[in-house]
Amino acid sequence: MDTSAVQRGPTDAELVGMLQTMIAARIYSTRCFNLQRQGRLGTMAPIDGNEATVVGCTYALQPEHDWIFSQYREFYALGRYGEEVIRRQVLYLAGHPEGSCYPAGVNVFPAQISLAAQIPHAVGMAWGQLRQGLPGVSVAFFGDGASSEGDFYEAANFAAVIKAPVIFMLINNGWAISTPTARQTAAATFADKAAAFGMPGVRVDGRDPIAVWEVVAAARARAVAGEGPTLVEAVTYRLGHHTTADDPTRYIPAEDMAAARAKDPVITYAAQLRELGLWDDAAQAAAEATAQAAIDAAVDAALATPLAPDAFFDHVYAETTPRMERQRALLLELEGKGQS
Amino acid sequence: MTVRTMVEAINHTLAREMARDERIIVFGEDVGANGGVFRATDGLIDRFGPDRVVDTPLAEALILGTAVGLAASGMVPVPEIQFLGFSYQAFHQLAGQIARLRYRSNGRFDAPITMRAPFGGGVRTPELHSEALEGQLANIPGLKVVMPASAHDAAGLLTSAIRDPDPVLFLEPLRGYRSLRDDLPDDADVIEPLGRAKLVREGTDLVIVAWSYQVEVARKAAEALAEEGASVAVLDLRSMVPLDIDALAAVVSRCGRVVVAEEAPMTAGFGGEVVATIVEECFYDLEAPPVRVSGYDVPFPMAQLEDRDVPSVARLAAGCRRALEVAP
Repeated sequence: MDTSAVQRGPTDAELVGMLQTMIAARIYSTRCFNLQRQGRLGTMAPIDGNEATVVGCTYALQPEHDWIFSQYREFYALGRYGEEVIRRQVLYLAGHPEGSCYPAGVNVFPAQISLAAQIPHAVGMAWGQLRQGLPGVSVAFFGDGASSEGDFYEAANFAAVIKAPVIFMLINNGWAISTPTARQTAAATFADKAAAFGMPGVRVDGRDPIAVWEVVAAARARAVAGEGPTLVEAVTYRLGHHTTADDPTRYIPAEDMAAARAKDPVITYAAQLRELGLWDDAAQAAAEATAQAAIDAAVDAALATPLAPDAFFDHVYAETTPRMERQRALLLELEGKGQS
Repeated sequence: MTVRTMVEAINHTLAREMARDERIIVFGEDVGANGGVFRATDGLIDRFGPDRVVDTPLAEALILGTAVGLAASGMVPVPEIQFLGFSYQAFHQLAGQIARLRYRSNGRFDAPITMRAPFGGGVRTPELHSEALEGQLANIPGLKVVMPASAHDAAGLLTSAIRDPDPVLFLEPLRGYRSLRDDLPDDADVIEPLGRAKLVREGTDLVIVAWSYQVEVARKAAEALAEEGASVAVLDLRSMVPLDIDALAAVVSRCGRVVVAEEAPMTAGFGGEVVATIVEECFYDLEAPPVRVSGYDVPFPMAQLEDRDVPSVARLAAGCRRALEVAP
């Protein structure tokens, strides 16, 4: 197993890059939240509290080889996979079909709404890469809630059987909408479940991007060495809403939320880099300004992206069926008369 | 040429396609050493090895869920669901994921997935082994639904399904696996296009529209009615999605009377879709109301009663007489 990357740890540039990406994630997410409140974007799930886990993980990956299978909360923090991800994410929230895909070369699967359904997809991708002798691992992000779905158990079980190069990235942020982890499992930890699959399970502080980086780098080295998958439980806390359609004050005690906010990973990690002499006020201001400019540009571009009224007929099949062509003609005729 | 049963034709076609395209991977429950519970994959593991013919854990959602990732990675997945009724345990992957891979990715990913599954009555299986789900599946945009009624078409349509860039549900009639046979070439492809119906019997007074094993029932009903002086055509739809509307409308307009035969329960079954299409396309050519002969609106019954539920030759012929007796 090549453990050189694991041994050296993240470089100073990577440590700084992780913080910049975390700051950007919080700014992107907050802006999209506010735009939903203004009625300009659709329902969204804020990233708050998950930044360190997603960023620490992706910085330990090789984006040109490694695939991301995500839910719907992680995209704001996928800066390591390129700025096109946030541009498409805003387009997605704007309700435009081009937002649900990423261009060839960006190894990110479309957002998954049916929770845990992306986990067997990640295993299938890893299986296919293994069969074709392609390098790379597949990472499935899912939450403590989604870990109760059968898809998780079926996929993790099989991944261990075929030693698929997969990292199961379970983000335990304490809540599945309003349901606390104690209602999801009686196991002492989610990582414990790995034993039943016959794979290692690692519990890591999900608010510490360096710790996440180290765990994922080790899991990746193990996967590409043919030793199979790893279950990582990253423990953090959801610092607010499940989505824009939710009011967390109904079920999260105020004192618990206050305690979690005191450990906000974006703030604590910045303080850590300041102590290391890698971060200062100017760097903070520059990171914020860069992120603001990027999200402004993404929002302007998304809201100006044209969309044909019959676009939903495209990409259902490689070739539309004769019946669909009739339906398209009818839609366009009605459109012309203002009756669609 | 060799006379092959339908299941032998499927096996031969899988082997030919796997030899042609090394991206093809066959997987499912007991498809390897056991060769499938009906021997559809018999011998494939010896010829292509355990990396291309893969026994999976007993987990239908896994089988169909991994097909999504395999397809996105550049493979051509040909998963088997041991019995179509078991696909309920993977319906979220089928309807929510496989059907939408192309759509959700805005065209980035092809989904060249062929899901094979046997189904259908007449062989006294336990519960949930027999149900005909084509009506439920045809209501899911993004899937193609193909149902062969002969050994020849099983070979020809399976070849096209595997080569198709979209997900195809290839539903095989249990009752036809060993009872239907055709003389088929050993060293040449058999290719039948998807989305094309086939007129399997000419007739002028009435047409029975059927698919899968009901085509065989329809042929026998048509023969019985011929002895009574009625000229009955049989149209084998072969593909529910895409539906061959032109062929359907042409034969119904010509005959003026139509009976639709299907194994599934009547309510919201695919037969209702066929009748609705007929009414839209050729209402003024109809000489009698369309008749549906289907399974009853009950869960697929226990073995002692299944012959009452699956349309028989006698019941289908009786349905045809009802349509023929209506005065023009």
